[in-house]
Amino acid sequence: MDISSLTIKKAHELLVNKEITARELVEHFLKEAHTKSELNAYREIFDDALASADAAQKMLDAGTGTLLTGIPIALKDNILMKGKIASASSKMLEHYRATYDAHVVARLRDAGAVFLGRTNMDEFAMGSSTENSAFGVTKNPHDLSRVPGGSSGGSASAIASGTVLGALGSDTGGSIRQPAAFCGVVGLKPTYGAVSRSGLIAMASSLDQIGPLAKTVEDAKIIFDVIKGKDPLDSTSYPDNFPHKENKKPKVIGVPVDFVRMKGVDPEVLRNFDASIAKMKNAGYEIRDISLPSLAHGLSVYYILMPAEVSSNLARLDGVRYGFHADGTNLLGDYARSRGEGFGREVRRRILLGTYVLSSGYHDEYYGRASAVREMLRLDLQKAFEGVDIIATPTTPTAAFKIGEKTNDPLQMYLADIFTVSVNIAGVPAISIPSGFIEEGGSKLPLGIQFIAPSFGEEALFDAGGDFEKVRGF
Amino acid sequence: MEIELKDVEHLAGLARIVVSDTEKELLRHDLGEILAYVSQIKEVTAELGPAKAGELHNVMRDDAEPHEAGLFTEELIAAAPSRDGNRVLVKKIL
Repeated sequence: MDISSLTIKKAHELLVNKEITARELVEHFLKEAHTKSELNAYREIFDDALASADAAQKMLDAGTGTLLTGIPIALKDNILMKGKIASASSKMLEHYRATYDAHVVARLRDAGAVFLGRTNMDEFAMGSSTENSAFGVTKNPHDLSRVPGGSSGGSASAIASGTVLGALGSDTGGSIRQPAAFCGVVGLKPTYGAVSRSGLIAMASSLDQIGPLAKTVEDAKIIFDVIKGKDPLDSTSYPDNFPHKENKKPKVIGVPVDFVRMKGVDPEVLRNFDASIAKMKNAGYEIRDISLPSLAHGLSVYYILMPAEVSSNLARLDGVRYGFHADGTNLLGDYARSRGEGFGREVRRRILLGTYVLSSGYHDEYYGRASAVREMLRLDLQKAFEGVDIIATPTTPTAAFKIGEKTNDPLQMYLADIFTVSVNIAGVPAISIPSGFIEEGGSKLPLGIQFIAPSFGEEALFDAGGDFEKVRGF
Repeated sequence: MEIELKDVEHLAGLARIVVSDTEKELLRHDLGEILAYVSQIKEVTAELGPAKAGELHNVMRDDAEPHEAGLFTEELIAAAPSRDGNRVLVKKIL
C-alpha cells in the first residue's frame, strides 16, 4: 500500500475498515516528514503526534470518529496551538509559545485530527515564495531549485511531497492558492468571515482568511466543513444561520478575457488555461466572456490597504510584552532596536510603506482612494455574478520560479499575486486546482486554475472543482 | 513618485524601526517604485462612492461574564522579555 499517496478520504476508509491504525498512518508520515527534511517544509515536527494518534484510535474504536479522526494535518506557523511555538517564521516570535488554541485548531482537535507539525512560511505571511522566512527557504518538491510559492509554501510543499495528508494555510492576497498552484495541490480561500481568524497571527485583518490545502477538492471540503462557522471570539465570523443564497449547481463559467490575457502572463500558462476551459465546456458548462476592467486595479489597491493594515497590526510587536527584545539606551531605543532587528527586510519594507500611505497628507490620496476602489471592485464582481455562476482565471501568471530570481525586485515578486489579490479585496471565496504541467529546464512544473464564486459560494467551487478533476485528464 | 532619504528616515522614526544606512537607500528606491505602481489607482475615472462597512452589524459581544481575575496573568506575563512580579518591566521614561 502506498500510504504517501493516499487522500484524506481514502485514509479515512482504511482507518474505519481497520486496514490500518491511526498510529501506523501517523508513524508513516512522521518518518516521511523527517526523511524529506531537505525541503525545509516544516519548522517543527511535533513530538506528541503519536500520542494524538493513539487518542484518535480510541475515538475510532468507540465509533465517535469523524472524517478527520486520525488524519495527520500540518499547521502554518502563524496559527496558534496552545503550548507550541508559533513564530510566523520570524525572528521576532522565534521562541513565542501560544497561550491558547486558535479556533480552527480547537475545531480540528475536536474532530480527532492529528497535528503533525508546523510549516514554514514567508515572515508574517508577507511574500510569495517563502524566501522571506527567517529560517530559510522551503523548496518545491517538483524541482528543488524552485520556490514552492508563498506565503503558505511550507504547507503546500509538505502535501505535494507526501509528508502529510492536509494542511491549513492563511490567504491575504493569494497565500494559499498561489503555493497550491506552484506545488500541484488544491488550495481554498474561503469567503471572508466563513472561518474564524481567532488565533491567527494577523497580517491584514480585512483580507486575512484561514483555509485548507489538500490533494483533492473533496479533501479540501472535508477540512473546510470542520473549520468553518461562527466563533464568538471573531466578531467578523458569520453566524451559521446567516441568509445565504441557495446552493445551486453551477452551470455558467465567466472568463474575464482582457484580464487573463494581460501583459506578463506566460503563453504556456494561457495555453493550459484555454485547454482547461475547453474541457469544462465539453463537460457541459457554458463559457461566457466577461469584462471586468476593475480587476486590473486589484494589485494597486492591495499594496495600499495591506501594508496600511500591516503597519498597525504589527505595532503590537515592540519588544515589551512578548517576542524578541533588543536593548536600546531608552524605551524608545528598545522599541526601535527590537523592531529593527526582530523584523526581516520585507516586513520592515511593508511597515514603512503602510506608514507612508496612512501618514498625514497622503491618507486620502492613497488609503482613502484605495478603499473606494475596493468598493467599486466588490460591486463590479457582484454584478458579474448576476450573469455567471463562477469566474475562472489562471491562479498564477507563471509556473514556480527559481529560488533567488525575484528576491531583489519586490515589485516583480508582488506581480506573482496578480490573479489572486482581487478575491481577497472583494472578500469572495476562490479555489485553486491543479490543471496540468509545463516543461521548464527539464522539470515538470504544475499549474493551477482558479475558480471564484460569490460570497458563501464554496459549494459551487467544490461542485465545479470536482467536475474539473474528472475531466482534466491526469 | 520621488522618495528622499529624509522621507525614509522620517517613516522609520514613525514606525519605530532602526534602519541601517545601506537599507535606507534600498528602501528609498523600493518605496519609490512601489508607490509609482500603486498610484495607478489615481487613473480610475469612474465615480467612486464611499467605502462601505460589511454586511454584519452590531457585532460586539455582550459586556458580560468576565473571566475570573488573574486566570491568565502568569501565562501572559511569562511571555514578556522582562518582568517584575506581575508587571511587565520597561525602562523609566520620566
